[in-house]
Amino acid sequence: MTERVTATTKPYTIGRPPFRPGEDADFGGKFTEQPGDLNRPDPLTCSAQDTVPHSTGLVRVLDDNGTASGEWNPMLDAETLIQGLEYMMRLRIFDDRMIKMQRTGKLSFYMRSFGEEAIAIAQTMALETQDWIFPSYRQPGAQFVRGRDMVSMICHCIGNTEDNVKGRQMPVHYTWKPGRFISISSPVGTQFSQAVGVAMASAYKGDDEVCISWLGDGTSAQGDYHYALNFASTFKPPVILNVVNNQWAISTHANLATGGRTFAERGLAYDIPSIRVDGNDFLALYSVTKWARQRAGAGLGATHIEVYTYRAGAHSSSDDPSAYRPNEEFKHWPGGDPILRLKEHLIATKLWDEKRHEALAKKIDDEVMASYKAACEFGDLASGPYPPASTIFTEVYETVPWHVQEQREELGK
Amino acid sequence: MVEMNMIKSLNSALEVQLSKDKNVVIFGEDVGFFGGVFRVTDGLQKKFGEHRVFDSPLAEGGIAAIAMGMGLNGLRPVAEIQFADYIFPAYDQIVNEIAKVRHRSGGEFTAPLTFRTPAGGGIKGGHHHSQSPEAQFTHTPGLKVVYCSTPYNAKGLLASAIECNDPVIFFEPKRCYRGPFYGDPHNVPTWSGHPDSDVPEEHYTVPLEEARIVREGSACTVIAWGTMVHVSEQAIKDSGIDCELIDLQTLVPWDRDTVVNSIKKTGRCVIVHEAPKTSGFGAEMSASIQERCFYHLEAPITRVTGWDTPFPHTTEWDYLPSPARIAEAIKKTQEE
Repeated sequence: MTERVTATTKPYTIGRPPFRPGEDADFGGKFTEQPGDLNRPDPLTCSAQDTVPHSTGLVRVLDDNGTASGEWNPMLDAETLIQGLEYMMRLRIFDDRMIKMQRTGKLSFYMRSFGEEAIAIAQTMALETQDWIFPSYRQPGAQFVRGRDMVSMICHCIGNTEDNVKGRQMPVHYTWKPGRFISISSPVGTQFSQAVGVAMASAYKGDDEVCISWLGDGTSAQGDYHYALNFASTFKPPVILNVVNNQWAISTHANLATGGRTFAERGLAYDIPSIRVDGNDFLALYSVTKWARQRAGAGLGATHIEVYTYRAGAHSSSDDPSAYRPNEEFKHWPGGDPILRLKEHLIATKLWDEKRHEALAKKIDDEVMASYKAACEFGDLASGPYPPASTIFTEVYETVPWHVQEQREELGK
Repeated sequence: MVEMNMIKSLNSALEVQLSKDKNVVIFGEDVGFFGGVFRVTDGLQKKFGEHRVFDSPLAEGGIAAIAMGMGLNGLRPVAEIQFADYIFPAYDQIVNEIAKVRHRSGGEFTAPLTFRTPAGGGIKGGHHHSQSPEAQFTHTPGLKVVYCSTPYNAKGLLASAIECNDPVIFFEPKRCYRGPFYGDPHNVPTWSGHPDSDVPEEHYTVPLEEARIVREGSACTVIAWGTMVHVSEQAIKDSGIDCELIDLQTLVPWDRDTVVNSIKKTGRCVIVHEAPKTSGFGAEMSASIQERCFYHLEAPITRVTGWDTPFPHTTEWDYLPSPARIAEAIKKTQEE
């Protein structure tokens, strides 16, 4: 567990990140926590108190050599593992291509999941298809697991005539009801307590559904985070609440945003079983989420998960992290790269090789390029066509009221 | 005088206030080491230290409450809300606490504080990086509401806001940070060469509660604030009609005398704002104007505003009042 560093203590304490630009980003090499350190409690009898070690430790399955071990090893078959790798590669290649498009003026804005690909993908794979996904802007990868077509995603990012949200939202603010992927909102954290409401509705209706939601380390300062934990603690609906601690909230490091030790520990005060997991370890994420799903599905209520990871890229295409952290920080992150770690594991277990990896990467890249071109058939950012201006006025209410109708006629489009 | 864009002039205002008054502290999301996502607080932490300019946890409700507490105990906090769209978690603190504390405590306690917040559209920000929520604060007694429009008035108004003993919500039109915006997204100039980019480096104030006559004219009074001041300027040019353009600058309390005197002269009035029409501040102005200018009006008071819908992403140029829409409204006032 990283100790909090403070720069000044008087007149009040100001935290500081581990490193600033120009400093040597040395996290001390590897995590001290190892796979096998922590037991896997019985999900059906586990109390919050039983997870005290899990809330301050770190659940890992893959060690630094790509070997899987310990009670949390989900023992996934080759097909599932390769599928997980493919989804993660797909997300990274997609993001890389989209950020290039943004830089060349073909998208107005973009946000990558770089370094955090395992999170939404492993966690969504661990759920059932009827479960609800209530994401922040850093979990678009869940859509790949649920089978969303890339062309449809790119059409949204361009905001063209095939954008299913009709050009109303900024890029990456996906909505996709067929995949039970609820609409992403820019105000951070609002989804977290809403997710508890979604889960209460599932419980009320008697449906076997779980809702999963995520917010960031920075966002856990918002009231919505605490509302979620308290309502989840009170009503015990089937919900999985994840704090993605990727160290950085734009320029603000977690050390400046809390005086606490781990984010996971906070859940214990609400009597919610709470686990801290290596967010770059696909297997550990899958396993912890499956465990939380079992609890939720059995009517035992919420699980609170701190996903310990690193935001390898900029916050968004509007951000320049070199102004506030060393550029090479990610290279030194003890959790490494989630894609490389699963790849190494697959190679070590003879399920995969470099040649297949390269071929798959090429295939995905071709697919992304073809999808981008196909999406542009429905309009590109420079020249359109865009959704008609009439979409400004529709779906504000169920039916268009007279005053909005008058304004639509005034615009005359 | 130095040529400054609005980011630099706001930065200069903050620097002057930090130098002048040791009770001024600045905090908010990303404002410390990084200097703010729009760079308005750039370099201030380095110069004034981490306990006077610091990064806060990401919680607008917390930021507002902490600012109020500091204000109650003698400090003069200037907190940044990163986007005006994100001010709503702070709404309870602002509306029920900050705005009312002077009154509820019989004048024993006050919270002199300023919330700076970038507002308005034109940056492809979609629903949540484009709104202009001034009316949600003008409807709250106890708050002063300011909306700057140029580098010169930004610095002077911010100085007045910080020095004011009442809480001030200070809106900065983010579309105009680096240049005035005349309604053409394909032709966006910088502030360079604009007369209002000549800004004194030293302390000065632009008084609150005073409107600015941008352009004198006789045929119609056009009232705007923020980005819409520049868009209206373009519209007046395009219309070829001799309009008087008033930049309201402070919305509460607004400079009714300047507005009323102008309309008594022109007999016609167009109010422009980018926020939605229904219950927008234009409605308040329109009601007050007809109360005082009824017998001088030659045409109905017209509002050109954002639509009564959420702010769109792709189609934002169809949402924001354009020079064409404003010019048409001006022309229509001449037909009556």
